[in-house]
Amino acid sequence: MVGAACAYYAARSGLHVTVIDRGPVAGGTTGAGEGNLLVSDKEPGPELELALLSARLWRELAAELPSCIEYERKGGLVVASTEAGMSTLRDFAAGQGRAGVEAVEVPPDRLTDLEPHLAPGLAGGFHYPQDAQVQPALAAAHLLRAAADTGPGRLTLRLGEEVTAVLTGAGGEVRGVRTRAGDSQAPYVVNATGTWGGRFARMAGVELPVLPRRGFVLVTEPLPRVVRHKVYSADYVADVASGSAALQTSAVVEGTPAGPVLIGASRERVGFDRTLSVEVLRRLAAQATRLFPVLAEVRAIRAYAGFRPYLPDHLPAIGPDPRVPGLLHACGHEGAGIGLAPATGLLIAAMVTGRETPIEAGPFAPARFLREEAASLREGAAPSP
Amino acid sequence: MTQDDDRLPGHRTGTEPHGDRTPASLVGASPGTAFPITFDERELTALPGQSIAAALWSAGILAWRSTRVGGRPRGAFCGIGQCYDCLATVNGRPNRRACLVTARPGDAVTTQEGDGHAGLDA
Repeated sequence: MVGAACAYYAARSGLHVTVIDRGPVAGGTTGAGEGNLLVSDKEPGPELELALLSARLWRELAAELPSCIEYERKGGLVVASTEAGMSTLRDFAAGQGRAGVEAVEVPPDRLTDLEPHLAPGLAGGFHYPQDAQVQPALAAAHLLRAAADTGPGRLTLRLGEEVTAVLTGAGGEVRGVRTRAGDSQAPYVVNATGTWGGRFARMAGVELPVLPRRGFVLVTEPLPRVVRHKVYSADYVADVASGSAALQTSAVVEGTPAGPVLIGASRERVGFDRTLSVEVLRRLAAQATRLFPVLAEVRAIRAYAGFRPYLPDHLPAIGPDPRVPGLLHACGHEGAGIGLAPATGLLIAAMVTGRETPIEAGPFAPARFLREEAASLREGAAPSP
Repeated sequence: MTQDDDRLPGHRTGTEPHGDRTPASLVGASPGTAFPITFDERELTALPGQSIAAALWSAGILAWRSTRVGGRPRGAFCGIGQCYDCLATVNGRPNRRACLVTARPGDAVTTQEGDGHAGLDA
């Protein structure tokens, strides 16, 4: 999705773009998520700024792209089971409010107005009307189509081609990429390979510490509108922010226009291991039915797994790599890549065309990992792989 | 095996290709006692071991679900549990594959409208 958004905004800026993907459109992490466009789970800071800009851009895109991308401004509902949890949410929402996030406190007796099937006994929640959702695979495909529609020859799509080398010139600057089908010449190469961003960077001779953080989604049989919002427990925010490699699960439940309810979210760092974990699915199901007891009566029909591109400081890498002129990174968005894609694409397009970025891009600069590398070298430690 | 070998007792050698040339007659099996089930409150009979789809077919019923989007009729298609076309509501539980669920005495099969969970609509 990030790659599609980079292509779209670059093409709209008048550039000619070639999108190369080793798989089909949305064959990686894009197709393995829920399509969340969230501001509710982000604390004030650069990522929230990126999310707020993206939320605005998604509204524009929704008006431009066909309705089959299933863009829904459904809103998020974060619930707490204890008064202590509620008080944490209150502080979190107050900070977000100062940063431009709309958050409305929902007392316990009003929760069922928003979600009739929610379990009784919760301490309350916060409603985030800016949270939205898209069908990510369709959104990525239509974004590419819209990029192609910006002008004849503006977009070249090369699917099923894996990049085998990054081509460089005499001064070390990028000249394009090589695939088995041939070379593609370009003065700028954008690394939008998501979870595989570290591997791609290595082909250009540089390190970028992107790691996979696995997640499962449990899918129910098709249902009517049982769940109206994206509903999740307050623990989710802490899980997202955690740096632990161990398994974390917190209930995240939402309906889809197609009918099935999607149940997440798990996080664990186990490399690129796709093995189905019954333990994870059991925990997801148990947490979801605690939030929505009605789900105990319906069946889960399948599950899927994906790998979030995790960077150690939980911020994406967006911008030029100072070590390789012409190479830009646009990866490492962890579980927020669909939501953050448009703003990322807009930033990349502005950087490539030498225009001013709509928001301060400094915090996302890939150069920050260089400084860390240098610091750890000074301390006598080896740079982390 | 010759043509004559499967002319079992009771088999009519007429011009019609089907007649009572049923699997049961071909192997000379005699099923256990038939029992009643219902389809949309209409009483039918099923044989021990018969799937619900087979029992419905035997009664001339070919459709027992309407699709979610277009409301079109659906019944058994693959008959082996792979295509999920034959979903029915059995004893109040929706999304049962009629071709795999064995009929039991007193089963109440009802036409499934869409996802079969209209009652959960919030």
